[in-house]
Amino acid sequence: MSRNARINTLLLLAVAALAVLPLVLGLGDHKEEPFTGSDGEAEAAITELEPDYEPWFSPLYEPPSGEIESALFSLQAALGAGVLAYYFGLHRGRRQGEERAKAATEDSDTATPAA
Amino acid sequence: MHIAEGYLPPLHAAAWGVASAPFVVHGVRALTREVKANPDSTLLLGASGAFTFVLSALKIPSVTGSCSHPTGTGLGAILFRPPIMAVLGTITLLFQALLLAHGGLTTLGANVFSMAVVGPWAGYAVYRLLRRFEVPLMVSVFFGAFVADLSTYCVTSMQLALAFPDPGSGVPGALAKFGGIFAVTQLPLAVSEGLLTVLVMRLLSRSSKGELTRLGVLVAGEKKEATVR
Repeated sequence: MSRNARINTLLLLAVAALAVLPLVLGLGDHKEEPFTGSDGEAEAAITELEPDYEPWFSPLYEPPSGEIESALFSLQAALGAGVLAYYFGLHRGRRQGEERAKAATEDSDTATPAA
Repeated sequence: MHIAEGYLPPLHAAAWGVASAPFVVHGVRALTREVKANPDSTLLLGASGAFTFVLSALKIPSVTGSCSHPTGTGLGAILFRPPIMAVLGTITLLFQALLLAHGGLTTLGANVFSMAVVGPWAGYAVYRLLRRFEVPLMVSVFFGAFVADLSTYCVTSMQLALAFPDPGSGVPGALAKFGGIFAVTQLPLAVSEGLLTVLVMRLLSRSSKGELTRLGVLVAGEKKEATVR
C-alpha cells in the first residue's frame, strides 16, 4: 500500500473507531433508551423547562414508520455518495485518458522520424 | 440534529428566518455568479453539496449515549467560501424538513442560521486564520471542518436557550442544559467530520489539482504539501 493510501485508510479507521467506541464502552447504558437522537432529547428538555409548551406546527409529511424514515435517510446518503463517487471516478478516468493520450502522441512523435 | 418542527415559538422562528434570509439570497447570487464565471466548477459544487448530504444523513453514536449527525459544511465553505455553502446547506435542510420530518419548515430559519450561516463562516474563519499563520493545509482543513461542525450545534443550543430560558437560572442555565445535549454530543462527531473532510480534501488535491489551485486552496508550486502530507 502506498503511503498515501495508508494515510487515507488510517483516517477512515479513526472515524470508524470514534463511532464504534461509544457503543462498545456502553456509554448509553445509563439511559432508559440508549443512543436516541439528540433532537429528541432537546424536545424532552424543552418540555421539562416549559411543561405547557405545545409544538405549534407539525411536519407536512411524516414517514409513517421507522423503517421508512431510515429508508429515506439512506436514500439521502446514497444520493450524496453517488454524486461523490461520480465526481472522483470521472476525474480519475479523465486523468488516465489524458496520460494515455499523452503517451500515444509521444509514441507517434518518436515513430514518425523512423518512418 | 436540528431543531424539530414547531419547537421554536413563532416569534423566535420568524426572527431567525429574517436573520437567515439575506445570507441565503446573497448566497444564491454568489452561486449563480460562480457557475456563470466557471461552468467547470458545477461538478465540484455538486460534490460539496453531496458531501453535506451524506454527512448529515449519518446519525452516529456519541460519548453522551445519544446520537447526532455531522454537518459536512466545512468542505464547501473552504472550497467555495461561506455564501455558497449557505445555499447548499439550505437545500440539505429543506430536503430533510420536507421528506424526513427532520428539522422543520417553521424552524428552517433557525437551522439555516446555525448550519448554513454560522457553521460555514466560523469554520472558514478558522481555516483562513490558520493558513495565514502558515499552518499546513490539511491541519487547517481539519480545524476548519471541526469548528464548522461544533459551532453549528453551539448556535442550536443558544437558540433553544433563548427560546426556553430556565425558570430558575435563566438563559445561562438553559444554555448549559441544551449545550450538554447538543454540543457535548457533537464533540467526537466534529472530530470525525474533520477527519473525513481531510480525507476528501486529500482525494481532491490529487484528482482536481487545477480546480483547487483556481479556488486558492492549493497554491501553484506548492505541490509538495498536497501530495506528501
